[in-house]
Amino acid sequence: MIEVREIHKSFGDQSVLKGISATFLQGKTNLVIGQSGSGKTVFLKSLVGLHEVDKGEIEYDGRKLAEMDDDAKKELRTEMGMVFQGNALFDSISIEDNVTFALGMFGKMPKDEMLDRANFCLKRVNLDGVNKKFPAELSGGMQKRVAIARAMVLNPKYLFCDEPNSGLDPKTAIVIDRLIQEITEEYNMTTVINTHDMNSVMEIGDQIIFIKEGRKAWEGSSEDILTSSNEAINDFVFSSALFRKIKAKL
Amino acid sequence: MIVKEAIHSVGSYFILLGKTFKKPESSKEYWKAFMRDLDYLGLNSVWIVAVISLFVGAIVTIQTAYNLDDPLIPDYYVALATRESIILEFSPTMISLILAGKVGSNIASTLGSMRVSEQIEALEVMGVNPASYLILPKTIALVLFNPILIIISMFLGIVGGYLAADYIGVVAPADFIQGLQLEFNSFYVAYALIKTMVFAFIIATISAYFGFYVKGGAVQVGINATKAVVTSSVAIIVANYILTQIILS
Ligand SMILES: Nc1ncnc2c1ncn2[C@@H]1O[C@H](COP(=O)(O)OP(=O)(O)OP(=O)(O)O)[C@@H](O)[C@H]1O
Ligand SMILES: [Mg+2]
Repeated sequence: MIEVREIHKSFGDQSVLKGISATFLQGKTNLVIGQSGSGKTVFLKSLVGLHEVDKGEIEYDGRKLAEMDDDAKKELRTEMGMVFQGNALFDSISIEDNVTFALGMFGKMPKDEMLDRANFCLKRVNLDGVNKKFPAELSGGMQKRVAIARAMVLNPKYLFCDEPNSGLDPKTAIVIDRLIQEITEEYNMTTVINTHDMNSVMEIGDQIIFIKEGRKAWEGSSEDILTSSNEAINDFVFSSALFRKIKAKL
Repeated sequence: MIVKEAIHSVGSYFILLGKTFKKPESSKEYWKAFMRDLDYLGLNSVWIVAVISLFVGAIVTIQTAYNLDDPLIPDYYVALATRESIILEFSPTMISLILAGKVGSNIASTLGSMRVSEQIEALEVMGVNPASYLILPKTIALVLFNPILIIISMFLGIVGGYLAADYIGVVAPADFIQGLQLEFNSFYVAYALIKTMVFAFIIATISAYFGFYVKGGAVQVGINATKAVVTSSVAIIVANYILTQIILS
Protein backbone atom coordinates (compact mmCIF):
# COMPACT_ATOMS: atom_id res chain seq x y z
CA MET A 1 0.00 0.00 0.00
CA ILE A 2 1.20 3.49 -0.83
CA GLU A 3 -0.19 6.45 1.03
CA VAL A 4 0.16 9.95 -0.27
CA ARG A 5 -0.72 12.89 1.96
CA GLU A 6 -1.17 16.44 0.74
CA ILE A 7 1.77 16.56 -1.62
CA HIS A 8 2.76 19.85 -3.23
CA LYS A 9 5.23 20.36 -6.03
CA SER A 10 6.17 23.48 -7.94
CA PHE A 11 8.73 24.31 -10.59
CA GLY A 12 9.83 27.89 -10.15
CA ASP A 13 6.63 29.83 -9.73
CA GLN A 14 4.52 27.23 -11.53
CA SER A 15 2.66 25.17 -9.00
CA VAL A 16 1.92 21.73 -10.49
CA LEU A 17 0.66 19.63 -7.58
CA LYS A 18 -1.41 21.55 -5.08
CA GLY A 19 -2.03 19.16 -2.24
CA ILE A 20 -2.94 15.69 -3.49
CA SER A 21 -3.80 12.84 -1.17
CA ALA A 22 -4.48 9.27 -2.20
CA THR A 23 -4.24 5.69 -1.01
CA PHE A 24 -3.09 3.06 -3.47
CA LEU A 25 -4.04 -0.43 -2.39
CA GLN A 26 -2.05 -3.61 -2.76
CA GLY A 27 -3.26 -6.10 -5.37
CA LYS A 28 -5.18 -3.39 -7.20
CA THR A 29 -4.56 -1.45 -10.39
CA ASN A 30 -4.79 2.15 -9.26
CA LEU A 31 -5.31 4.63 -12.08
CA VAL A 32 -4.37 8.28 -12.21
CA ILE A 33 -6.22 10.10 -14.95
CA GLY A 34 -6.25 13.69 -16.09
CA GLN A 35 -5.73 15.95 -19.03
CA SER A 36 -2.42 16.32 -20.77
CA GLY A 37 -0.33 18.70 -18.70
CA SER A 38 -2.38 18.18 -15.55
CA GLY A 39 0.60 16.81 -13.65
CA LYS A 40 0.26 13.02 -13.86
CA THR A 41 3.91 12.45 -14.72
CA VAL A 42 5.08 14.89 -12.06
CA PHE A 43 2.84 13.07 -9.57
CA LEU A 44 4.25 9.65 -10.48
CA LYS A 45 7.85 10.88 -10.38
CA SER A 46 7.19 12.47 -7.01
CA LEU A 47 5.83 9.16 -5.73
CA VAL A 48 9.04 7.32 -6.54
CA GLY A 49 11.21 10.17 -5.31
CA LEU A 50 12.60 11.35 -8.64
CA HIS A 51 11.09 14.74 -7.83
CA GLU A 52 11.46 15.92 -4.30
CA VAL A 53 8.09 17.20 -3.08
CA ASP A 54 7.88 20.65 -1.50
CA LYS A 55 5.37 19.57 1.09
CA GLY A 56 3.47 16.44 2.07
CA GLU A 57 4.23 12.82 2.83
CA ILE A 58 4.63 9.60 0.88
CA GLU A 59 4.58 6.31 2.70
CA TYR A 60 5.39 2.84 1.37
CA ASP A 61 3.76 0.31 3.67
CA GLY A 62 4.54 2.47 6.63
CA ARG A 63 8.01 3.54 5.45
CA LYS A 64 8.18 7.28 4.97
CA LEU A 65 10.06 8.25 1.81
CA ALA A 66 11.24 11.58 3.22
CA GLU A 67 12.88 9.91 6.21
CA MET A 68 14.92 7.45 4.18
CA ASP A 69 18.63 7.90 3.66
CA ASP A 70 20.24 7.05 0.33
CA ASP A 71 20.75 3.40 1.20
CA ALA A 72 17.19 2.90 2.42
CA LYS A 73 15.91 4.58 -0.72
CA LYS A 74 18.01 2.30 -2.89
CA GLU A 75 16.71 -0.68 -0.97
CA LEU A 76 13.12 0.44 -1.54
CA ARG A 77 13.80 1.00 -5.21
CA THR A 78 14.90 -2.56 -5.76
CA GLU A 79 11.25 -3.34 -4.93
CA MET A 80 10.01 -0.97 -7.63
CA GLY A 81 9.43 -1.31 -11.34
CA MET A 82 8.73 1.71 -13.47
CA VAL A 83 7.66 2.30 -17.06
CA PHE A 84 8.45 5.84 -18.19
CA GLN A 85 6.23 7.78 -20.55
CA GLY A 86 9.13 7.93 -23.04
CA ASN A 87 10.23 4.32 -22.32
CA ALA A 88 13.73 5.31 -21.19
CA LEU A 89 15.27 2.11 -22.53
CA PHE A 90 19.07 1.93 -22.36
CA ASP A 91 19.86 2.62 -25.99
CA SER A 92 23.43 1.35 -26.05
CA ILE A 93 22.57 -2.22 -25.05
CA SER A 94 20.37 -4.91 -26.58
CA ILE A 95 16.76 -5.63 -25.67
CA GLU A 96 17.82 -8.73 -23.79
CA ASP A 97 20.40 -6.77 -21.80
CA ASN A 98 17.83 -4.10 -21.04
CA VAL A 99 15.49 -6.66 -19.54
CA THR A 100 18.18 -8.54 -17.61
CA PHE A 101 19.89 -5.33 -16.43
CA ALA A 102 18.33 -5.23 -12.96
CA LEU A 103 18.82 -8.99 -12.56
CA GLY A 104 22.53 -8.61 -13.24
CA MET A 105 22.81 -5.68 -10.88
CA PHE A 106 20.90 -7.12 -7.95
CA GLY A 107 20.17 -10.77 -8.62
CA LYS A 108 22.38 -13.71 -7.86
CA MET A 109 21.11 -15.77 -10.80
CA PRO A 110 23.34 -17.64 -13.19
CA LYS A 111 23.35 -16.27 -16.71
CA ASP A 112 21.03 -18.84 -18.31
CA GLU A 113 18.42 -18.40 -15.61
CA MET A 114 18.52 -14.65 -16.23
CA LEU A 115 17.92 -15.25 -19.90
CA ASP A 116 15.02 -17.57 -19.15
CA ARG A 117 13.48 -14.91 -16.96
CA ALA A 118 13.98 -12.24 -19.65
CA ASN A 119 12.41 -14.45 -22.29
CA PHE A 120 9.49 -15.18 -19.99
CA CYS A 121 8.86 -11.46 -19.47
CA LEU A 122 9.26 -10.64 -23.15
CA LYS A 123 6.81 -13.38 -24.06
CA ARG A 124 4.25 -11.97 -21.67
CA VAL A 125 4.31 -8.68 -23.54
CA ASN A 126 4.00 -10.56 -26.84
CA LEU A 127 7.55 -9.95 -28.00
CA ASP A 128 9.44 -12.73 -29.68
CA GLY A 129 12.75 -12.85 -31.47
CA VAL A 130 13.88 -9.32 -30.65
CA ASN A 131 16.42 -10.28 -27.97
CA LYS A 132 19.48 -9.23 -29.89
CA LYS A 133 18.04 -6.05 -31.39
CA PHE A 134 18.67 -2.56 -30.04
CA PRO A 135 15.91 -0.23 -28.83
CA ALA A 136 16.25 2.06 -31.86
CA GLU A 137 15.47 -0.89 -34.11
CA LEU A 138 12.01 -1.42 -32.61
CA SER A 139 8.76 0.43 -33.20
CA GLY A 140 7.45 2.76 -30.51
CA GLY A 141 4.87 0.26 -29.31
CA MET A 142 7.43 -2.53 -29.18
CA GLN A 143 9.77 -0.31 -27.14
CA LYS A 144 6.93 0.36 -24.73
CA ARG A 145 6.41 -3.36 -24.31
CA VAL A 146 10.13 -3.90 -23.66
CA ALA A 147 9.90 -1.19 -21.00
CA ILE A 148 7.07 -3.10 -19.36
CA ALA A 149 9.03 -6.35 -19.51
CA ARG A 150 12.01 -4.58 -17.94
CA ALA A 151 9.84 -3.17 -15.16
CA MET A 152 8.37 -6.55 -14.21
CA VAL A 153 11.55 -8.58 -14.37
CA LEU A 154 12.29 -8.49 -10.63
CA ASN A 155 8.67 -9.14 -9.61
CA PRO A 156 8.42 -5.71 -8.04
CA LYS A 157 6.28 -5.01 -5.04
CA TYR A 158 5.38 -1.62 -6.46
CA LEU A 159 4.76 -1.08 -10.15
CA PHE A 160 4.47 2.36 -11.75
CA CYS A 161 3.45 2.84 -15.36
CA ASP A 162 3.28 6.22 -17.07
CA GLU A 163 0.87 5.74 -19.97
CA PRO A 164 1.82 2.12 -20.63
CA ASN A 165 -0.38 1.81 -23.68
CA SER A 166 0.02 5.14 -25.41
CA GLY A 167 1.17 4.46 -28.94
CA LEU A 168 -0.30 0.95 -28.99
CA ASP A 169 -3.17 -0.20 -31.17
CA PRO A 170 -6.43 -0.90 -29.30
CA LYS A 171 -5.93 -4.65 -29.34
CA THR A 172 -2.36 -4.62 -28.04
CA ALA A 173 -3.34 -1.91 -25.57
CA ILE A 174 -5.93 -4.21 -24.04
CA VAL A 175 -3.42 -7.07 -23.93
CA ILE A 176 -1.01 -4.83 -22.01
CA ASP A 177 -3.73 -3.55 -19.69
CA ARG A 178 -4.83 -7.09 -18.87
CA LEU A 179 -1.24 -8.19 -18.39
CA ILE A 180 -0.64 -5.42 -15.87
CA GLN A 181 -3.82 -6.26 -14.06
CA GLU A 182 -2.99 -9.96 -14.08
CA ILE A 183 0.50 -9.60 -12.64
CA THR A 184 -0.78 -7.09 -10.11
CA GLU A 185 -3.23 -9.64 -8.76
CA GLU A 186 -0.95 -12.63 -9.20
CA TYR A 187 1.98 -11.12 -7.28
CA ASN A 188 -0.13 -8.87 -5.07
CA MET A 189 1.63 -5.74 -6.27
CA THR A 190 0.69 -2.16 -5.59
CA THR A 191 0.30 -0.76 -9.07
CA VAL A 192 -0.15 2.87 -10.09
CA ILE A 193 -0.88 3.70 -13.71
CA ASN A 194 -1.09 7.07 -15.41
CA THR A 195 -3.43 7.08 -18.35
CA HIS A 196 -5.86 9.08 -20.36
CA ASP A 197 -7.02 6.09 -22.32
CA MET A 198 -10.72 5.54 -21.63
CA ASN A 199 -10.54 1.90 -22.69
CA SER A 200 -8.03 1.25 -19.90
CA VAL A 201 -10.14 3.15 -17.44
CA MET A 202 -13.11 0.93 -18.16
CA GLU A 203 -11.09 -2.25 -18.46
CA ILE A 204 -8.83 -2.17 -15.42
CA GLY A 205 -9.87 0.81 -13.29
CA ASP A 206 -10.17 -0.80 -9.85
CA GLN A 207 -9.58 2.51 -8.24
CA ILE A 208 -9.20 5.79 -10.06
CA ILE A 209 -8.15 9.27 -9.06
CA PHE A 210 -8.77 12.17 -11.39
CA ILE A 211 -6.33 15.08 -11.29
CA LYS A 212 -7.40 18.49 -12.44
CA GLU A 213 -5.41 21.69 -12.09
CA GLY A 214 -3.08 20.13 -9.55
CA ARG A 215 -5.81 18.83 -7.28
CA LYS A 216 -7.67 15.56 -6.92
CA ALA A 217 -11.05 16.38 -8.46
CA TRP A 218 -12.66 12.97 -8.21
CA GLU A 219 -12.06 9.44 -6.94
CA GLY A 220 -13.86 6.12 -7.50
CA SER A 221 -14.03 2.95 -9.59
CA SER A 222 -14.73 2.53 -13.29
CA GLU A 223 -18.34 1.75 -12.51
CA ASP A 224 -18.69 4.89 -10.43
CA ILE A 225 -17.58 6.95 -13.42
CA LEU A 226 -20.62 5.92 -15.46
CA THR A 227 -23.04 7.07 -12.84
CA SER A 228 -21.13 9.95 -11.32
CA SER A 229 -22.71 13.36 -11.28
CA ASN A 230 -19.35 15.06 -10.72
CA GLU A 231 -19.12 17.68 -13.40
CA ALA A 232 -15.34 17.68 -13.76
CA ILE A 233 -15.06 13.95 -14.34
CA ASN A 234 -18.04 13.87 -16.68
CA ASP A 235 -16.58 16.68 -18.64
CA PHE A 236 -13.28 14.82 -18.96
CA VAL A 237 -14.55 11.29 -19.66
CA PHE A 238 -17.56 12.09 -21.78
CA SER A 239 -15.91 14.67 -23.94
CA SER A 240 -16.93 13.01 -27.20
CA ALA A 241 -20.50 13.28 -28.54
CA LEU A 242 -20.77 9.49 -28.77
CA PHE A 243 -19.83 8.97 -25.13
CA ARG A 244 -22.28 11.65 -24.07
CA LYS A 245 -25.04 9.88 -25.94
CA ILE A 246 -24.17 6.57 -24.29
CA LYS A 247 -24.10 8.20 -20.88
CA ALA A 248 -27.53 9.74 -21.48
CA LYS A 249 -28.95 6.32 -22.17
CA LEU A 250 -27.63 4.84 -18.92
CA MET B 1 25.85 36.73 -10.94
CA ILE B 2 28.46 34.85 -12.96
CA VAL B 3 30.59 34.41 -9.86
CA LYS B 4 27.63 33.01 -7.95
CA GLU B 5 26.86 30.60 -10.77
CA ALA B 6 30.49 29.50 -10.95
CA ILE B 7 30.61 28.81 -7.22
CA HIS B 8 27.35 26.89 -7.49
CA SER B 9 28.76 24.80 -10.36
CA VAL B 10 31.97 24.01 -8.51
CA GLY B 11 29.89 22.99 -5.50
CA SER B 12 27.65 20.66 -7.45
CA TYR B 13 30.70 19.24 -9.26
CA PHE B 14 32.15 18.16 -5.92
CA ILE B 15 28.79 16.81 -4.76
CA LEU B 16 28.65 14.74 -7.93
CA LEU B 17 32.17 13.46 -7.20
CA GLY B 18 30.93 12.43 -3.76
CA LYS B 19 28.11 10.45 -5.34
CA THR B 20 30.47 8.91 -7.88
CA PHE B 21 32.94 7.44 -5.43
CA LYS B 22 30.54 5.12 -3.64
CA LYS B 23 30.55 1.39 -3.26
CA PRO B 24 29.31 -0.26 -6.50
CA GLU B 25 26.05 -2.22 -6.34
CA SER B 26 27.57 -5.06 -8.32
CA SER B 27 31.26 -5.41 -9.01
CA LYS B 28 30.50 -7.65 -11.97
CA GLU B 29 28.34 -5.06 -13.75
CA TYR B 30 30.79 -2.25 -13.01
CA TRP B 31 33.62 -4.37 -14.36
CA LYS B 32 31.65 -4.90 -17.57
CA ALA B 33 31.08 -1.16 -17.85
CA PHE B 34 34.77 -0.54 -17.19
CA MET B 35 35.84 -2.90 -19.98
CA ARG B 36 33.37 -1.24 -22.38
CA ASP B 37 34.72 2.21 -21.51
CA LEU B 38 38.31 1.09 -21.74
CA ASP B 39 37.65 -0.06 -25.27
CA TYR B 40 35.50 2.88 -26.25
CA LEU B 41 37.38 5.74 -24.63
CA GLY B 42 40.90 4.32 -24.46
CA LEU B 43 41.76 1.88 -27.24
CA ASN B 44 39.74 3.92 -29.69
CA SER B 45 42.08 6.87 -29.17
CA VAL B 46 45.31 5.02 -29.98
CA TRP B 47 45.33 5.78 -33.68
CA ILE B 48 44.79 9.52 -33.40
CA VAL B 49 47.41 9.81 -30.66
CA ALA B 50 49.84 7.80 -32.80
CA VAL B 51 49.37 9.87 -35.95
CA ILE B 52 49.58 13.22 -34.20
CA SER B 53 52.62 12.23 -32.14
CA LEU B 54 54.56 10.92 -35.12
CA PHE B 55 54.07 14.14 -37.07
CA VAL B 56 54.55 16.57 -34.20
CA GLY B 57 57.77 14.75 -33.24
CA ALA B 58 58.98 15.23 -36.80
CA ILE B 59 58.00 18.89 -36.87
CA VAL B 60 59.62 19.67 -33.53
CA THR B 61 62.87 18.09 -34.71
CA ILE B 62 62.93 19.95 -38.01
CA GLN B 63 62.18 23.31 -36.40
CA THR B 64 64.73 22.78 -33.66
CA ALA B 65 67.31 21.78 -36.22
CA TYR B 66 66.76 24.90 -38.32
CA ASN B 67 66.79 27.16 -35.28
CA LEU B 68 69.96 25.61 -33.85
CA ASP B 69 71.79 26.02 -37.11
CA ASP B 70 74.94 27.23 -35.38
CA PRO B 71 78.35 25.60 -35.92
CA LEU B 72 79.13 25.92 -32.18
CA ILE B 73 76.16 23.78 -31.11
CA PRO B 74 76.63 20.07 -31.80
CA ASP B 75 73.94 18.36 -33.91
CA TYR B 76 72.95 15.91 -31.21
CA TYR B 77 71.44 18.75 -29.17
CA VAL B 78 68.55 18.69 -31.60
CA ALA B 79 67.63 15.19 -30.40
CA LEU B 80 67.97 16.23 -26.77
CA ALA B 81 65.71 19.25 -27.29
CA THR B 82 63.14 17.16 -29.14
CA ARG B 83 63.17 14.56 -26.38
CA GLU B 84 62.67 17.12 -23.62
CA SER B 85 59.85 19.00 -25.29
CA ILE B 86 58.00 15.81 -26.18
CA ILE B 87 58.34 14.17 -22.78
CA LEU B 88 57.77 17.27 -20.67
CA GLU B 89 55.02 19.07 -22.49
CA PHE B 90 53.88 17.80 -25.85
CA SER B 91 52.86 14.28 -24.88
CA PRO B 92 51.31 14.84 -21.46
CA THR B 93 49.73 18.24 -22.03
CA MET B 94 49.00 18.59 -25.74
CA ILE B 95 47.76 15.02 -26.14
CA SER B 96 45.61 15.41 -23.02
CA LEU B 97 44.09 18.54 -24.56
CA ILE B 98 43.33 16.61 -27.72
CA LEU B 99 41.78 13.85 -25.62
CA ALA B 100 39.72 16.43 -23.74
CA GLY B 101 38.19 17.24 -27.11
CA LYS B 102 37.75 13.70 -28.32
CA VAL B 103 36.88 11.80 -25.16
CA GLY B 104 35.42 14.69 -23.18
CA SER B 105 32.81 15.57 -25.78
CA ASN B 106 31.97 11.89 -26.07
CA ILE B 107 31.40 11.47 -22.34
CA ALA B 108 29.39 14.68 -22.03
CA SER B 109 27.12 13.97 -24.97
CA THR B 110 26.57 10.32 -24.01
CA LEU B 111 25.56 11.20 -20.47
CA GLY B 112 23.58 14.20 -21.71
CA SER B 113 21.52 12.09 -24.08
CA MET B 114 20.91 9.59 -21.31
CA ARG B 115 19.70 12.41 -19.10
CA VAL B 116 17.26 13.90 -21.60
CA SER B 117 15.86 10.49 -22.57
CA GLU B 118 15.29 9.69 -18.86
CA GLN B 119 17.74 6.78 -18.88
CA ILE B 120 19.52 8.23 -15.86
CA GLU B 121 16.21 8.44 -13.99
CA ALA B 122 15.46 4.87 -15.04
CA LEU B 123 18.72 3.74 -13.42
CA GLU B 124 17.88 5.66 -10.29
CA VAL B 125 14.42 4.10 -9.96
CA MET B 126 16.01 0.66 -10.30
CA GLY B 127 18.05 1.41 -7.20
CA VAL B 128 21.30 1.88 -9.10
CA ASN B 129 23.45 4.90 -8.23
CA PRO B 130 23.63 6.48 -11.71
CA ALA B 131 26.54 8.79 -10.88
CA SER B 132 28.66 5.91 -9.74
CA TYR B 133 27.62 3.44 -12.42
CA LEU B 134 28.07 5.89 -15.27
CA ILE B 135 31.06 7.96 -14.14
CA LEU B 136 33.28 5.72 -11.99
CA PRO B 137 34.18 3.16 -14.70
CA LYS B 138 34.92 5.94 -17.20
CA THR B 139 37.13 7.80 -14.74
CA ILE B 140 39.12 4.71 -13.81
CA ALA B 141 39.44 3.71 -17.45
CA LEU B 142 40.90 7.09 -18.40
CA VAL B 143 43.19 7.43 -15.38
CA LEU B 144 44.66 3.99 -16.08
CA PHE B 145 44.75 4.08 -19.85
CA ASN B 146 45.79 7.66 -20.66
CA PRO B 147 49.30 7.09 -19.24
CA ILE B 148 49.64 4.21 -21.70
CA LEU B 149 48.55 6.52 -24.51
CA ILE B 150 51.10 9.08 -23.39
CA ILE B 151 53.91 6.52 -23.35
CA ILE B 152 52.94 5.52 -26.88
CA SER B 153 52.92 9.20 -27.78
CA MET B 154 56.39 9.83 -26.31
CA PHE B 155 57.82 6.86 -28.11
CA LEU B 156 56.26 7.70 -31.47
CA GLY B 157 57.07 11.40 -31.13
CA ILE B 158 60.73 10.58 -30.78
CA VAL B 159 60.54 8.04 -33.60
CA GLY B 160 58.95 10.76 -35.76
CA GLY B 161 61.82 13.09 -34.88
CA TYR B 162 64.41 10.46 -35.70
CA LEU B 163 62.85 9.66 -39.06
CA ALA B 164 62.54 13.32 -40.00
CA ALA B 165 66.10 14.10 -38.99
CA ASP B 166 67.37 11.23 -41.06
CA TYR B 167 65.13 11.86 -44.05
CA ILE B 168 65.83 15.58 -44.34
CA GLY B 169 69.41 15.08 -43.29
CA VAL B 170 69.54 17.71 -40.55
CA VAL B 171 70.97 15.31 -37.97
CA ALA B 172 72.80 12.07 -38.64
CA PRO B 173 71.10 8.99 -37.09
CA ALA B 174 74.08 8.23 -34.87
CA ASP B 175 74.14 11.79 -33.54
CA PHE B 176 70.40 11.68 -32.94
CA ILE B 177 70.70 8.49 -30.89
CA GLN B 178 73.58 9.96 -28.94
CA GLY B 179 71.56 13.10 -28.22
CA LEU B 180 68.59 11.06 -27.03
CA GLN B 181 70.71 9.38 -24.37
CA LEU B 182 72.41 12.55 -23.20
CA GLU B 183 71.53 13.75 -19.70
CA PHE B 184 68.41 11.62 -19.67
CA ASN B 185 66.40 12.17 -16.50
CA SER B 186 63.86 9.40 -15.94
CA PHE B 187 62.11 11.52 -13.33
CA TYR B 188 60.78 13.64 -16.18
CA VAL B 189 58.87 10.64 -17.48
CA ALA B 190 57.38 10.01 -14.05
CA TYR B 191 56.45 13.68 -13.82
CA ALA B 192 54.74 13.49 -17.21
CA LEU B 193 52.76 10.40 -16.22
CA ILE B 194 51.61 11.93 -12.94
CA LYS B 195 50.41 14.98 -14.88
CA THR B 196 48.63 12.73 -17.36
CA MET B 197 46.73 10.94 -14.62
CA VAL B 198 45.57 14.21 -13.11
CA PHE B 199 44.51 15.44 -16.55
CA ALA B 200 42.65 12.18 -17.21
CA PHE B 201 40.73 12.62 -13.97
CA ILE B 202 39.88 16.18 -15.00
CA ILE B 203 38.68 15.13 -18.45
CA ALA B 204 36.49 12.30 -17.16
CA THR B 205 34.87 14.04 -14.23
CA ILE B 206 34.36 17.53 -15.66
CA SER B 207 32.90 16.17 -18.89
CA ALA B 208 30.70 13.80 -16.92
CA TYR B 209 29.50 16.69 -14.78
CA PHE B 210 28.40 18.68 -17.82
CA GLY B 211 26.66 15.67 -19.34
CA PHE B 212 25.03 14.44 -16.16
CA TYR B 213 23.22 17.70 -15.43
CA VAL B 214 21.92 18.55 -18.90
CA LYS B 215 18.47 20.12 -18.73
CA GLY B 216 16.43 20.30 -21.90
CA GLY B 217 16.92 18.54 -25.21
CA ALA B 218 19.31 17.84 -28.06
CA VAL B 219 20.49 21.43 -28.40
CA GLN B 220 21.38 21.59 -24.75
CA VAL B 221 23.31 18.33 -25.05
CA GLY B 222 25.41 19.97 -27.75
CA ILE B 223 25.93 23.15 -25.76
CA ASN B 224 27.01 21.18 -22.69
CA ALA B 225 29.38 18.99 -24.71
CA THR B 226 31.11 22.16 -25.89
CA LYS B 227 31.23 23.53 -22.35
CA ALA B 228 32.72 20.23 -21.20
CA VAL B 229 35.59 20.49 -23.69
CA VAL B 230 36.27 24.16 -22.99
CA THR B 231 36.15 23.81 -19.21
CA SER B 232 38.27 20.68 -19.04
CA SER B 233 40.84 22.22 -21.39
CA VAL B 234 41.15 25.31 -19.22
CA ALA B 235 41.31 23.13 -16.10
CA ILE B 236 44.11 21.08 -17.67
CA ILE B 237 46.16 24.19 -18.42
CA VAL B 238 45.68 25.56 -14.92
CA ALA B 239 46.48 22.18 -13.36
CA ASN B 240 49.54 21.94 -15.59
CA TYR B 241 50.83 25.24 -14.24
CA ILE B 242 50.23 24.24 -10.63
CA LEU B 243 51.72 20.75 -11.01
CA THR B 244 54.79 22.09 -12.76
CA GLN B 245 55.36 24.49 -9.86
CA ILE B 246 54.88 21.76 -7.27
CA ILE B 247 56.74 18.88 -8.87
CA LEU B 248 59.61 20.52 -10.69
CA SER B 249 60.54 23.20 -8.16
N1 LIG C 1 11.06 19.20 -14.91
C1 LIG C 1 10.12 20.15 -15.06
N2 LIG C 1 10.44 21.44 -14.95
C2 LIG C 1 9.50 22.40 -15.09
N3 LIG C 1 8.20 22.17 -15.33
C3 LIG C 1 7.80 20.90 -15.44
C4 LIG C 1 8.73 19.82 -15.32
N4 LIG C 1 8.07 18.66 -15.48
C5 LIG C 1 6.78 19.01 -15.70
N5 LIG C 1 6.61 20.34 -15.68
C6 LIG C 1 5.33 21.06 -15.85
O1 LIG C 1 4.36 20.42 -15.05
C7 LIG C 1 3.13 20.34 -15.71
C8 LIG C 1 2.59 18.94 -15.68
O2 LIG C 1 3.40 18.12 -16.49
P1 LIG C 1 3.23 16.55 -16.57
O3 LIG C 1 4.32 16.04 -17.42
O4 LIG C 1 3.12 15.99 -15.21
O5 LIG C 1 1.83 16.40 -17.32
P2 LIG C 1 1.04 15.06 -17.65
O6 LIG C 1 -0.24 15.10 -16.91
O7 LIG C 1 1.90 13.89 -17.43
O8 LIG C 1 0.73 15.26 -19.19
P3 LIG C 1 0.73 14.17 -20.38
O9 LIG C 1 -0.56 13.44 -20.28
O10 LIG C 1 0.78 15.01 -21.60
O11 LIG C 1 1.90 13.30 -20.20
C9 LIG C 1 3.33 20.89 -17.11
O12 LIG C 1 2.78 22.19 -17.16
C10 LIG C 1 4.81 20.96 -17.27
O13 LIG C 1 5.16 22.10 -18.00
MG1 LIG D 1 2.83 12.56 -18.60
